[in-house]
Amino acid sequence: MSVIYILIAVSLVIAVLFFTFFIIAVRSGQFDDAYTPSIRMLFDSHKSSKKNKPKSTTKE
Amino acid sequence: MQQFYYDQKIVKNFLYATIFWGIIGMTVGLMLAFLFIFPNYMEGIPWLSFGRLRPLHTNAVIFAFVGNAIFAGVYYSLQRLLKARMYSDLLSKINFWGWQLIIVGAAITLPLGYSSSKEYAELEWPFDIAIALIWVVFGINMIATILKRRERHLYVAIWFYIATFVTVAVLHIFNSLALPVSAMKSYSVYAGVQDALVQWWYGHNAVAFFLTTPFLGLMYYFVPKAANRPIYSYRLSIVHFWSLIFIYIWAGPHHLLYTALPEWAQNLGVVFSVMLLMPSWGGMINGLLTLRGAWDKVRIDPVLKFMVVAITGYGMATFEGPTLSIKGVNAIAHFTDWIIAHVHVGALAWNGFLTFGMIYWLVPRMFKTKLYSLKLANTHFWIGTLGIILYALPLYVAGFTQALMWKDFNPDGTLVYGNFLETVTQIMPMYWMRAIGGTLFITGALIMLYNVVKTIKLGSQVEDEFAEAPALAKISKRGKLVGEGWHERLERKPVQLTIFATIAILIGGIVQIVPTLMVKSNIPTITSVKPYTPLELLGRDLYIREGCVGCHSQMVRPFRSEVERYGEYSKAGEFVYDHPFLWGSKRTGPDLHRVGAKYSDSWHFKHLIDPASTSPGSIMPKYPWLIEDALYIDDIEAKMNTMVTLGVPYTEEEVQSARAQIKTQALAIEKNLYDDPTFAESYEADKANAAANNEAFLEMNEREIVALIAYLQRLGTDIKVTELTTENE
Repeated sequence: MSVIYILIAVSLVIAVLFFTFFIIAVRSGQFDDAYTPSIRMLFDSHKSSKKNKPKSTTKE
Repeated sequence: MQQFYYDQKIVKNFLYATIFWGIIGMTVGLMLAFLFIFPNYMEGIPWLSFGRLRPLHTNAVIFAFVGNAIFAGVYYSLQRLLKARMYSDLLSKINFWGWQLIIVGAAITLPLGYSSSKEYAELEWPFDIAIALIWVVFGINMIATILKRRERHLYVAIWFYIATFVTVAVLHIFNSLALPVSAMKSYSVYAGVQDALVQWWYGHNAVAFFLTTPFLGLMYYFVPKAANRPIYSYRLSIVHFWSLIFIYIWAGPHHLLYTALPEWAQNLGVVFSVMLLMPSWGGMINGLLTLRGAWDKVRIDPVLKFMVVAITGYGMATFEGPTLSIKGVNAIAHFTDWIIAHVHVGALAWNGFLTFGMIYWLVPRMFKTKLYSLKLANTHFWIGTLGIILYALPLYVAGFTQALMWKDFNPDGTLVYGNFLETVTQIMPMYWMRAIGGTLFITGALIMLYNVVKTIKLGSQVEDEFAEAPALAKISKRGKLVGEGWHERLERKPVQLTIFATIAILIGGIVQIVPTLMVKSNIPTITSVKPYTPLELLGRDLYIREGCVGCHSQMVRPFRSEVERYGEYSKAGEFVYDHPFLWGSKRTGPDLHRVGAKYSDSWHFKHLIDPASTSPGSIMPKYPWLIEDALYIDDIEAKMNTMVTLGVPYTEEEVQSARAQIKTQALAIEKNLYDDPTFAESYEADKANAAANNEAFLEMNEREIVALIAYLQRLGTDIKVTELTTENE
């Protein structure tokens, strides 16, 4: 059953990794606004028609 | 304002692949469903036998159909949510073509019998490496896109995508650790209980992080888009995301309840599985309530209809999951068709219908046209829904019925249905209904294919989509705005560096440490348990090749009904040389752990030629090629040496004399087969016939069947040896 120590260790590493992500995300204000993001994703910026497309634009 | 284009062609490619592989995967599933009813309609074709097609079906549906759908949805939504083109077109292409190549490789090698036998991870080691590489390519492409984003806030869907990438990578690497014997054969570094635990830690999280989290991400993008409503609660989405990923990873042992896994590990799995109900339903409720005030749209829009049924299916499957994890319920449901019904509610409704909804939403947009036929899409919806119901409900009934029959006792303490077959013939009508349900579901998918092809013909070429957005202004920790420059790079590079360094260290560490640890723990706890003989080892590999584990478990649970039916319950110490473990997860046929010495060699011989000859009404297919084909023994030394490296105590002399041992044991079995007069007659006739025609004749002791019989006769007998010796003492 020794493999369970590895699995618990790996699971904890993943958990700690996610927890770190979580703390960083909270600190950097990712979750401060719990309303705007849900609305913002409904709007796509490409609504401007093709006519506005400048010819000089290079593909990224 | 920066101007750029979203990569649409990669999304288109993944969409095509999703539809193509989806139909292939479902077709294979349907072939399997009909094998339950007509076990021999593919008689004599080894690569179309049930045991080999089952992993093809599961892998095709999970990794080809759902996998491509994930990539399509992620590549579409990620670019728009981040307001950035994918980081590298080259990586996108490698991701696409690499993934398709792996699928093609799987579609060839699995039917040929190259299998590690570990569920949803059957592909052999070269593919495991390829999967890891392509997955990392996908991850780099995604993370690099996130780093060059033009939208500071990461929408909740992206969090689900990140969790998917990280966790699947770790799970896949750990579960696939194996020692290669040759180019297409390897043995798991773990044995017995250990292998079972790692397998289901992986297996359950494959469901969690391949079939669930990415699809929740897709739900959070495509449902609001299709309904043109913001999600019900953004806060709930964040809360349920974090709780879901923290709880999911511990739930794996619920696949091993009442097995030889230590009880505390089982209970740990149960507790976390029950807790999972909350975050799962958080997502389900959030998805459904997004449609508040938009139910009128659901009435007319097939996209939303598909999504509503998908989310409802998710809700049902995630209610059922914790329920099935409760030991009392699991005692009934495990090994029965109830589990098959459970996973298909998840796969057909949640994954299937969400994918269909996404396809119906994406295709007209990408080809800049309208859907060819709303009516056909609605037809697809109703046929598909009916298909799911007709698939799942009969199998629930089948599962209950069979489990109760297995456990039914006469007043005198004998089993009412002592013959396993009685419990199979009882549920045949349910297998029929399941096949009809599956046919309906796949018919719906074909209607979608027609509708999509017609829509594409109406539309125009897919072009990369133009977009513009301001570059992300960098905020330093002191709150000052800093332009694009060294500071930003410095801030970014450590992130990448840390991630890649961690991955590298993890892989390196795992490869070195894990096998060592495993070998140490392989000290047998039951002294009478001995390694397999060379012939039995080869027979075991045939058992793996033919996918016997798909229908036969090797795990007698400690219930009176099972001990009565099969024999002494299985102990952890009996599996210490089992690389990989073969406990199985479904009993379409009876458990085989105590089958050793139960029947004669002749019985097994006849049974494998034609199962119905020894067991009238059996739905097991015939295995004529095992009787005809020569046993390949040339790699036996390599196989045994690999086992030695993994801690199996074969001595050097044993490895050296392997071929002689094989010969002796095989000749003994051949001799036993002569006990059956019909065999003796027909075999001698064959022999004489070959001699008369001057043809080469393959002795019975050199054929595959002998090895398989040797293995089957060994199963579970080591413990009986102990009982005998203690009696003698």
